[in-house]
Amino acid sequence: MYPLLEVHGLVNRFGAQVVHDGLDMQVERDEVFGIVGGSGAGKSVLLRSILGLQRPQAGVVRIEGADITRMSAAQLRPIKARYGVAFQQGALFSGLTALQNVQLPMIEHLELEPRVLDELALLKIRLAGLPADAAHKYPAELSGGMVKRVAVARALALDPALLFLDEPTSGLDPVSAAAFDQLVLYLQKQLKLTIVMITHDLDSIFRTCNRVGVIVDGRMESDTLERIVDHPNPWIQAYFHGERARARLAGVAHGA
Amino acid sequence: MAVEVRRTADGLLQLGLSGEWGVQQLSAIAAELSALDLTASRRVLIDAQGLAALDLSAAWALREFVRRARAAGAEVSFRGSAPDQLRLLDETLQDRAGAGATPAEPAAPGFAAAESRALSLIGRLTVHAGDDLTEWLAFFGRACVTFLASLGSGRRLRPTSITRHVYDTGITAMPIVALIAFLISVIIAYLSAQQLRGFGVDIYVVDLVTIGVLRELGVLLTSIIVAGRSGSAYAAELGSMKLNEEVDALIATGVDPFEVLVVPRVLGLVIALPLLTVVADLIGLTGGAVLCRYLLDMPLTQYVNRVNEAISPTTFWVGLIKAPVFALLIALAGCYHGMQVRDSARELGRLVTVAVVQAIFLVILADALFAIFFMKMNI
Repeated sequence: MYPLLEVHGLVNRFGAQVVHDGLDMQVERDEVFGIVGGSGAGKSVLLRSILGLQRPQAGVVRIEGADITRMSAAQLRPIKARYGVAFQQGALFSGLTALQNVQLPMIEHLELEPRVLDELALLKIRLAGLPADAAHKYPAELSGGMVKRVAVARALALDPALLFLDEPTSGLDPVSAAAFDQLVLYLQKQLKLTIVMITHDLDSIFRTCNRVGVIVDGRMESDTLERIVDHPNPWIQAYFHGERARARLAGVAHGA
Repeated sequence: MAVEVRRTADGLLQLGLSGEWGVQQLSAIAAELSALDLTASRRVLIDAQGLAALDLSAAWALREFVRRARAAGAEVSFRGSAPDQLRLLDETLQDRAGAGATPAEPAAPGFAAAESRALSLIGRLTVHAGDDLTEWLAFFGRACVTFLASLGSGRRLRPTSITRHVYDTGITAMPIVALIAFLISVIIAYLSAQQLRGFGVDIYVVDLVTIGVLRELGVLLTSIIVAGRSGSAYAAELGSMKLNEEVDALIATGVDPFEVLVVPRVLGLVIALPLLTVVADLIGLTGGAVLCRYLLDMPLTQYVNRVNEAISPTTFWVGLIKAPVFALLIALAGCYHGMQVRDSARELGRLVTVAVVQAIFLVILADALFAIFFMKMNI
């Protein structure tokens, strides 16, 4: 069986600036994979390349074994139903209610009766941990945390195998962020989802991720969470052993 | 996706599910399950162990079927254990009844209510229009006050910003304004030449072109082009700044958005539009000259002489004086509606449309008022 997501030899250049220089990455089924990197290291560009929003200069991106970098838009369509994306700011359609936002991918990809659409969309909204009365609100009427949950509900609309989360806990208070991490773990376990998560939030990484990939100098160093913290690269050392990380690591060392 | 159905005489319905049960097959699954006849069945036994995959949406369809069977009085059981997905669905949806899943639809109003509804609609629209007018005036007033307050210092008047807006709305609009002015004067000259030639007075073509372009069409057409170009740009720019909370950021920084956003835009257009009008007038007269030369074989000197006779000292100024007023209306309509944008991209589109339509309407209304005023004043 193919790995669910595989990136090999990815090169992205903007003019003279090299963002990725032969980046490799592999995500196995049923894991939560965290992508970490300094600002400007190319996390978002990596995500955009994987989602097919941007063609890399070189390299392959395989989703369930199919190389999406060589595909036409029509060929990409069924692949896009296999993954869901929750963007950093939610990217909800501001003119649609939460329920309609969740229904949009279903309407575009499936032919269902309105009643079934309503029920399924409501199910996804509940699954994302939102109260049912949030369904008929517009994005402007929702709090930041709720917007992120609606974004997750929309990403789950087509029951994808793979879920991408772009900085899911940024802008949330620690309590909401912890609740969101719980949601990620719950969804992963219940739906047997594979989750790829871009994040800066150390707490979030330690709570949810099985494996972590760190982008340094245009390449990716990935390993299990326990081992990556001991990687000799100075940036990785600074990231996991800096002032802010020390308390967390102490917790891991004591098996917490 | 397949459902294997076996019925036995004692009212047992056996379902063997197999294959991929996913969201892509959902409509087929729902159709198959709802086609099953449950009337004679007292027991339903579902075998889900042969499923290659069962995702949440398909599980939901299966759950709906189980509920229907139970409601029909059948006893439902699974061979082995029920799929995990069903338990997850139960868990997720259990407190639904209490949570008020879908708000009750408002009852359809009867015929008796229609009349009062029409009245209340008129009332609401009137109140809304009144509010809108008040807000318009408040906006205009605030823009004026901000402008007067910033007159004191050169820095608060934002000369850099004004220059940018003069460039964006004026200089870059010159090609299209010139082209339209040229074509319009050609159209007038052509049309009037056809009519006047029959009377042998085709020299008056020059009068028509000159007075038409200088007094009315030069400034009016320029204003309409600018309303479409810059009125919409103002509304869209300010509207997306509102959506991005950039306007809030300005206020929070202690900067008056009227001072940095509205007043420079208004002043920029008030400077640019008269200049554009001069360009339109010049090109318009040139267009007339070209057409008279080649269509009517009128020598250029005769055209120039005739133009001099046709215009009174005020003709040019009567057209030009309108330009700053029109500019004010266009810029205010654009900025006002841009600042009204709230919450959604749809709102942005709606208000940009309103801004342009209202700007054009106001320009034409003001032009009509000017025409009446000038006639009464014998100018």
